[in-house]
Amino acid sequence: MTWSDISDLLWEGFQETAWMVGLSAVLTAVGGLLLGVLLVLTARGGLLAAPPLNALLGLVVNVGRSLPFIILLVAVIPFTRAVVGTTIGTTAAIVPLTIGAIPFYARIVETALREVPADVVSAAIAMGSSRRQIVGKVLLREARPALVAGLTITVIALVGYSAMAGVVGGGGLGDLAIRYGYQRFETEVMIATVVVLVVFVQLIQMLGDVVVRRLSHR
Amino acid sequence: MITVSGLRKTYHARRREVVAVNDVDLEVRPGEIFGVLGRSGAGKSTLLRCVNLLERPDAGTVLVDGVELTALSDRKLRAARRRVGMIHQHFALLSSRTVAGNVAFPLEVAGVPRTQRSARVAELLELVGLSDRAGAYPAQLSGGQKQRVGIARALAAEPTVLLSDEATSALDPDTTRSILDLLLDLNRRLGLTILLITHEMDVVKRVCHAAAVMREGRFTESGPVSELLLTEGSELAAGLFPLPAVQTRQGETAFDVTVSGPAADEPLLSELVRELGVDIRLLGGGVETLAATRAGRLRLAVAGRGEDAAGFLRRRGALVTEVTR
Repeated sequence: MTWSDISDLLWEGFQETAWMVGLSAVLTAVGGLLLGVLLVLTARGGLLAAPPLNALLGLVVNVGRSLPFIILLVAVIPFTRAVVGTTIGTTAAIVPLTIGAIPFYARIVETALREVPADVVSAAIAMGSSRRQIVGKVLLREARPALVAGLTITVIALVGYSAMAGVVGGGGLGDLAIRYGYQRFETEVMIATVVVLVVFVQLIQMLGDVVVRRLSHR
Repeated sequence: MITVSGLRKTYHARRREVVAVNDVDLEVRPGEIFGVLGRSGAGKSTLLRCVNLLERPDAGTVLVDGVELTALSDRKLRAARRRVGMIHQHFALLSSRTVAGNVAFPLEVAGVPRTQRSARVAELLELVGLSDRAGAYPAQLSGGQKQRVGIARALAAEPTVLLSDEATSALDPDTTRSILDLLLDLNRRLGLTILLITHEMDVVKRVCHAAAVMREGRFTESGPVSELLLTEGSELAAGLFPLPAVQTRQGETAFDVTVSGPAADEPLLSELVRELGVDIRLLGGGVETLAATRAGRLRLAVAGRGEDAAGFLRRRGALVTEVTR
């Protein structure tokens, strides 16, 4: 296989990985923030204390987190069909990736929001803030560095999960490494894929760190 | 300005009931600085948090500026809280906002338009002497500067009363003094009513017109400082003027003599000596200018005619108690 063949394969694989990781990261950020905020608000003593609902949400998150991704990938196939109309391909892989990552990020969000000092929240209440203002102007805003750092961890985990997307025909760099590097003994492809993945993850981490540094004023 | 009556707050912790505030009545008059003094765990913090309903009391009512907070709906309570400023022991500033952003927060919450906000923020920073640090983040400030930001923020929405939750307890003595001076200044210039809680006797000494001593959820004494000083057995008086052990000689009687107001500046002791021809020894004590009044408390040993000496001092308005070793 020539270098130009390999680079074509890599470029295609990278595009698929970037699409899968990119879209599922956006959906995970939204879903994880929502779920994380709900976990904090409904907790005992929270701003919308509802311990039974909190216990239920906690259970859902734990179930989501306890399934190995490869199992989740096939277990949600019926749901995937209902959402995107197909169960194979890159876009179809986004559904299980998002479902797998939301509980992961939700726990990170929950922890980050709990780190906001209680007296800061009570000061905001004492100043007459509404719940919406407390969530938006105090909790999410104060936790921003931790939320971005957590999202960086989550996106990198998504890169890892996306390697299994080949199982449902999702393609991507991981799939490339398995099909060419492992099954066809094309060692060059394997090595090239690994290098691209390492660089990709490195770039994500660096970008995350830069943003965290700019947001952090502690 | 603040009227609390029959306030009670109980916590449930592991099958045990802890009565944090037990049937407390409190009256803070307009323009007054009222201090609640107590050790940690006495319930003073809970009491303060009940005044702006950060904690919902189990029983009792809270009136601030004629509005019964305990009777308001959530929505109206939020609006009423904006009329009550609060400062905190650990400042409780938003680390993600600049000094100006922190001071603007209560205005934002109240829906004040941006243009008016910035003018008001500049005015407040001027008031607390931090105009040059408007763009700094809290992490870049000293403790005293952080508390000044806290005070500016608390005053942003033009509250009628200020609640202070151990506002100087995390500061060194010099900074404590400058923050207390600022509070006194605001009290005088703006007529701001202040309710503060503290465990530091010095805070009461420097700024409080009236005070209460809190112990196990109850007020053991409460009233204007000048009156408490002249109340027999006052813990506040004993705390403000610590006295040494009684050391009398044969034939001497020891008395604690407390004076408050103009009497503190009269030559009582020399008059006593001249009038009764007795010898007195000063065992300890002091005369000080408190925020509320001039006051003094002395421990004397009088050689002979002890009863007459006590009678003389009492007629001159002093509180006199005989002490035995």
